Amino acid sequence: MAQPLLEVKQLQTYFFSAQGTRVVKAVDGVSFTLNEGETLGVVGESGSGKTVTSMSLLRLLPPAARIVGGEIWFQGENLVTKSEREMRQLRGSQLTMILQDPMMSLNPLFTIGEQIAEPLRIHRHMRGARLRERIKELLRGVRIPSPEVRLREYPHQMSGGMRQRIVGAIGISCEPKLLIADEPTTSLDVTIQAQYLNLLKDIQQRSRLAMIFITHNIGIVAKMCDNVGVMYAGKLVERAPVRTIFNQPAHPYTEALLHAVPKLTDRSKRLWSIEGQPPDLTNPPTGCPFNPRCPQAEDRCRREVPPEFQVGENHYTRCWLWEGR
Amino acid sequence: MDSSPVVSAGDAFGAYASVPPFWRRVATKMLGGPMISLGILGGLVFVAVFADFLAPYPYNGTSRYTPEVGELRNKYLPPMWQARGKPQFILGTDQQGRDILTRLIYGSRISLKVAVAAVLVSGVIGTALGILSGYIGGWVDMVVMRLTDSWLALPPVTFAILLAAVVKPNEWNIVVILGVVYWTRYARVLRGEVLSLKERDYVRLAIVAGCSRLRIMWTHIMPNIANSAVVLATLQLGVVVIAEATLSFLGVGVPSPQPAWGVMLNDGRAGLMTGSWWLSVFPGLCIVLVVLAASALGDWFRVWSDPQLRQL
Repeated sequence: MAQPLLEVKQLQTYFFSAQGTRVVKAVDGVSFTLNEGETLGVVGESGSGKTVTSMSLLRLLPPAARIVGGEIWFQGENLVTKSEREMRQLRGSQLTMILQDPMMSLNPLFTIGEQIAEPLRIHRHMRGARLRERIKELLRGVRIPSPEVRLREYPHQMSGGMRQRIVGAIGISCEPKLLIADEPTTSLDVTIQAQYLNLLKDIQQRSRLAMIFITHNIGIVAKMCDNVGVMYAGKLVERAPVRTIFNQPAHPYTEALLHAVPKLTDRSKRLWSIEGQPPDLTNPPTGCPFNPRCPQAEDRCRREVPPEFQVGENHYTRCWLWEGR
Repeated sequence: MDSSPVVSAGDAFGAYASVPPFWRRVATKMLGGPMISLGILGGLVFVAVFADFLAPYPYNGTSRYTPEVGELRNKYLPPMWQARGKPQFILGTDQQGRDILTRLIYGSRISLKVAVAAVLVSGVIGTALGILSGYIGGWVDMVVMRLTDSWLALPPVTFAILLAAVVKPNEWNIVVILGVVYWTRYARVLRGEVLSLKERDYVRLAIVAGCSRLRIMWTHIMPNIANSAVVLATLQLGVVVIAEATLSFLGVGVPSPQPAWGVMLNDGRAGLMTGSWWLSVFPGLCIVLVVLAASALGDWFRVWSDPQLRQL
């Protein structure tokens, strides 16, 4: 098989307190691969390290955080060892990102056209008529009506859905290979969400774009993704093709997560939820981080951190239950 | 038939919106708005620009009564409406027989030039340092902010006198001195704004788009703080006018034959004891008016540009 577009090996990103005395392992040994044109969904609770993982890929970590181990191979190059200047050339042209809140993602002082033009000017050195044509083409691509008029307008003149589509247009303006979407639809209402997701899928099919989709919405995962990674306390506890995750979840946490999705057919009054709280990462439990909440926890789970076991084809999990099966 | 409800709705509306009499509306507008301040400052600019036409005696002219030299036989003449006053000297003359009104008019040039230039210099220094400090953070932030703290710990006038002692006091050196003394407020306030701006998603998106730090500071941060910078500059205008007058009064500002208002105040100091009040009072009034107008304009502008305060 050809080389994957992105291969992350044992990525570790830790946060250090000012004196260096306390360490939070926000991302701890995450590995996955992503091929061209594929979508990887990353799900997990708030604070499980999804966003830190994506920020590590772009090397846009806050000053307190550092990548302490692992490799990120993107198109045959290790991003961990790249200089800031080299990263800047990749960002926006090869690797891009869509952020959560479309209301905040656009600069209120510049026109839409101006903001779409920025990465094109920086990376493609486009000017004048060619630049204008490209901007119009991109706006048409994200289904903004009458782009000639719209590109002269300001963000406050647009609705939330339109703004998020424009953020999408900025993201794909330089035809990147990898797009990281960090909960791109959380602030949109459900109909607009569906439209936006269809649009992203459409763009993906047209340009063989690989996507990493970060979300807490299991429904979106089912709709959008080829593969799914489930994160818990900084670890990727399970990764598998999307059908496998839904049909044969291996990790008790994945199982619990799927069980917690409300079903239309279920008439019980209360929503089911996982017992307990996600662990405090400044003071994680010994052994498997899920053990205090796990219904199937054994003695060993409280003592030793499980390594990744292969369950099936492309299906891995970090759970002692699967040892030697 | 059809039109009657429309008419009654109009009547109801008219009854609620009681229209104040014309003069009261005008007065509210004048006092609440920037009209008076703008009028005074506009007047200052007008006088400064057209000084050559407005002043009764020319600068460096052939006439005796220039702002630089006078005629000693006409010294200490009171304003024209007083008993000893002469009609050719409207606001009187000083100890060297120079016409006060002419000096005031040419003095407005100095005040305006120095004030605007000093505000620009301090604004540029302060804004640049504020943005750098806020955006880059780390040790740059540390150095700039400690520098600002120590700058604020120095009494501004004493500091300015020290600087004036080091360089030769003249109009343009005063500009530089005031710029160097008064940049701290910009740096402080703008750094705070930059800190909140740089966490906005559009700045992060610009980073993701591959913008360099310089580009982000210039195109994404600066336009967003320009408003605050302009408000600060307007408020600072009055402060700088006073500072210039203070330095000139103390003799370390604009040097003496030039008719700066502060210099005139100092010249009139002796006369004040002997009853020649007009020497100091007129330049003093000019300073007060300009500073008041500048502060009022700055305050109004601050409120006007901030929608949260606009209704208060």
